[in-house]
Amino acid sequence: MNAPLRRVGLVVIVLFGLLFANLNWIQAYKADDYRNSDYNGRVQVAEYERKRGNIEAGGTALAVSKETDGELEYLRTYPGGAKYAHAIGYKPVNLADTGIEEAENAFLAGTSDQLIGDRLRDLVTGDETAGANVLLTVSKQAQDVAYEQLRENRRGVTKGAAIALDPRTGAVQALVSMPSFDPNPLASHDPDEATSAYNELQQNPDGPLKNRALGEVLPPGSTFKIVMAAIALENGVTKETKIPAGASWTPPTSGEPIENAAPSICPEAEVTLMNAVTESCNTGFAQLGVRFGADALKEKAQQFGFEQDDLTVGRLGEDGEPVAASRTGGIANPDGSVDPAALAQSSIGQRDVRMTPLQGALIAATVANEGSQMRPYLVSQILGADRTTNYYTAEPDELRQPVSGEVAADLREMMESVVQNGTGRNARISGYTVAGKTGTAQSGPDTPDHGWFIGFALDKDGNPVSAVCVLLEEAGDGGSAEAARIAGQIMRAAIASPGSR
Amino acid sequence: MTVAATSTSPPTTPGGQSGVRLARSRRNAELSLLLLAMVLVAAYGAMVEASVLDTVTPSFWVSAAALSAVFLSLHVAIRFLAPFADPALLPAAALLNGLGVGFLHRLDLARTTPAERAELATFAGTGGRQLAWTLLSVALAAGLLAVVRDHRSISRYAYTLGLAGIVLVMIPAVLPRSISEVNGAKLWIRVGGFSIQPGEFAKLALLAFFAYYLVRKREVLSLASHRFLGVDFPRGRDLGPVVVVWLISLLVLVFEKDLGTSLLYFGMFVATLYIATERVSWLLIGLVLFFGGAYLAYVLGGMIGGPFANFYLRANIWLDPFADPYSDGYQLVQGLLALGSGGMFGAGPGAGQPLKLPEVQNDFIFAGLGEEIGLFGLSALLVVYLLIVERGLRAALAVHDSFGKLFAGGLAFTLGFQVFVIVGGISGLIPLTGQTTPFLSAGGSSLMANWLLIAILLRVSDAARRPVTGGGPASTRPTGGPPEQLHGAPTEVIRP
Repeated sequence: MNAPLRRVGLVVIVLFGLLFANLNWIQAYKADDYRNSDYNGRVQVAEYERKRGNIEAGGTALAVSKETDGELEYLRTYPGGAKYAHAIGYKPVNLADTGIEEAENAFLAGTSDQLIGDRLRDLVTGDETAGANVLLTVSKQAQDVAYEQLRENRRGVTKGAAIALDPRTGAVQALVSMPSFDPNPLASHDPDEATSAYNELQQNPDGPLKNRALGEVLPPGSTFKIVMAAIALENGVTKETKIPAGASWTPPTSGEPIENAAPSICPEAEVTLMNAVTESCNTGFAQLGVRFGADALKEKAQQFGFEQDDLTVGRLGEDGEPVAASRTGGIANPDGSVDPAALAQSSIGQRDVRMTPLQGALIAATVANEGSQMRPYLVSQILGADRTTNYYTAEPDELRQPVSGEVAADLREMMESVVQNGTGRNARISGYTVAGKTGTAQSGPDTPDHGWFIGFALDKDGNPVSAVCVLLEEAGDGGSAEAARIAGQIMRAAIASPGSR
Repeated sequence: MTVAATSTSPPTTPGGQSGVRLARSRRNAELSLLLLAMVLVAAYGAMVEASVLDTVTPSFWVSAAALSAVFLSLHVAIRFLAPFADPALLPAAALLNGLGVGFLHRLDLARTTPAERAELATFAGTGGRQLAWTLLSVALAAGLLAVVRDHRSISRYAYTLGLAGIVLVMIPAVLPRSISEVNGAKLWIRVGGFSIQPGEFAKLALLAFFAYYLVRKREVLSLASHRFLGVDFPRGRDLGPVVVVWLISLLVLVFEKDLGTSLLYFGMFVATLYIATERVSWLLIGLVLFFGGAYLAYVLGGMIGGPFANFYLRANIWLDPFADPYSDGYQLVQGLLALGSGGMFGAGPGAGQPLKLPEVQNDFIFAGLGEEIGLFGLSALLVVYLLIVERGLRAALAVHDSFGKLFAGGLAFTLGFQVFVIVGGISGLIPLTGQTTPFLSAGGSSLMANWLLIAILLRVSDAARRPVTGGGPASTRPTGGPPEQLHGAPTEVIRP
């Protein structure tokens, strides 16, 4: 029986050889696949072993990691709750990260290559240094006011957004999207709690998860007239030049007349460009649009930032929260020729023109900053866990120059007139010069109009300190006046906040 | 004691050359290896604490010391009871057992909060219970060595053992599901807080019976044959017992929903049959019957479901574990992810996340270990298993009686085959089945049965290496029963 015993011994060796070969396949060849598999929860546990860095604004922590007893060592909490949800995003265990939490994940989680010094020190000391801290440009005062005023707007509107920028730098002073949500349940370590919280938000018809300030595109209405006014100013029209107006105007080849918001607005045959902006004269701007043509409209809108689909707001030069592209839309007939009716409507920000609140704020900021549009950003600084090593400081960067300084000065004067004498009077702040433009956009046959306001404030020396855009969706009559009032409040808070001067 | 042991068996016949050659007992080698194994176990425990608790507590050595005491007692018992036993078996099994206890203790540490850890007594938690089971198992093994002074005496109870084996296999199948089913497989007897896996003991009992039966029948099974396609096939009537065992294994498969046990029994039987008859035809018949049966079960499971559905599901999970990674394929996927996360070198003892694995203290202990000790560590463990198997087969080769050859050879093969079935299962080489990992998995039944297996191998290897002309039970056969039951085993002509 010894021969078969020896063969059985060989068989066992072969079987063990198969096991060994298979383990090699799994633990060596396929190891990286398995290690980084989506189904592998170890990635998360390892991630939660290191204290994630804070997200802060104006010395206040908006996202902090607290030690727990559980398997995941740190719980991400958001002391600011719903107020800052859209400004910073959130970091759930299983779901997708969003906002700054996603964009600055490498620094916050401590895995960035730039933190190599910390990692090497950890190797020696055996500690797990926390991730780096991300400091935002957001002003606590402006954010408070923007959140509260939007939430308690006098029109009872449930959807809207507000964003404020520093026109000289592009730093975001406030970013609010309404309705907002509490990110804390989403970051829960209990997967059921996180998932049910997410599903509830996801199914809410008002879309609280949506960042309307950067992602909502709606017809800009009369706020778009600033773009049209810039075209006129660049083509020989001055602010005192009389342009054709009237109570009603029907574009050629179209049966649909353009009318003004109220009979009291520019019923005269001709008004100055200044008055047309101040009163928000639809017939005047529709005729300007048809006069200068669709190409001019599209070109100038693009120069202001329309059609850009890769803009992000976060750290300059890096990815951040994506911004939806604003569009001028179709103005042509099916055969390719310009449709004058569409052009006339597009000229007053209707038809297929779509704009994000950020784009509105950028237009205002450009006018305020002498025609120079600064790239918007949220991250002002990245500090190491020790709070002494500085890994990044924002260096403001011009995004584009849509108009010359002279044109910008004229636009600024006209927008000041809007707040002084026209439709934007609610935005006035005592002691400061405020300029702006209201917008009331028709959204559909049965839905109330959207109310817009874009504007900016100048300090006593004439320096622009804040540019803002407020959107109240489906606000109906008086929506833009309420938007102007809220914008004024936000700008006042931004001016008062310690960082602004 | 070495002196005492050797002095009891001086070569009485000057011409006893083999006695002179094998006179060394090698017990000191066993002691050194055992101490080395215990140092490894203690080092593993210290590394686990350093990693999980960030500090090595003063009591890290307690369980390693308790294990060392137990295994050293067995070593001392072997010096008296089986002085010529193979010196590698005890240290190898002790190393696996010790690492198993260490890993289970590591799981307890991961499951408890720091406050609870302080309360964790030596025998508390999964690791502590395993330690207690180890004491009991090793005591049983020593008891077996003490009671069974000659392995051939086991053959006297062959039919009793065979019947007991079949009954043990069948008990869980006939018991109600609430008592016998764990994770879909009906393999257990659960009474009160205890659960017994009778199949673990049935393995040993059935092997004893197979060995005895086949030694008696080997001539007729190997000689009376038809030649077909150049291979000698046995006569139809001699196929009877094979078919019976095949049916039993398929019944196990169907009613206990456990492919692993079924595969194990059948593999065990075919291997012993082949060793006894030296006929390759038995291997072919066995393979065809098993794979045919398994394929039939798979097809039936796909078509009619019923008792075959479980097997069908398991086969499909094996074919594509990632098809349903959160429910059906969850276990296997998590096992693969743990192994892959460990990679070549592993995360280090205590540095992995074994609690991510379902059933990590049982079926998936090898994957849990693999995450922490890596490919190199697992390969080392496989080598230790292989060492036990090959030393067992070596004892079978060296022992003089047919029953001993068959019994030891079958036991050694079964141990290796079981490792193949479970490790292959958790690493996706073969469909996953609910087998325990010998010496590592938590559970008293498995541990006891495997230590009894080691005890038998020690006993057989002692008989194999004992000087043939020396005194002692092997030559005088004081416990030898009626000769017909051994069927001339002592005078068996050994085929080359």
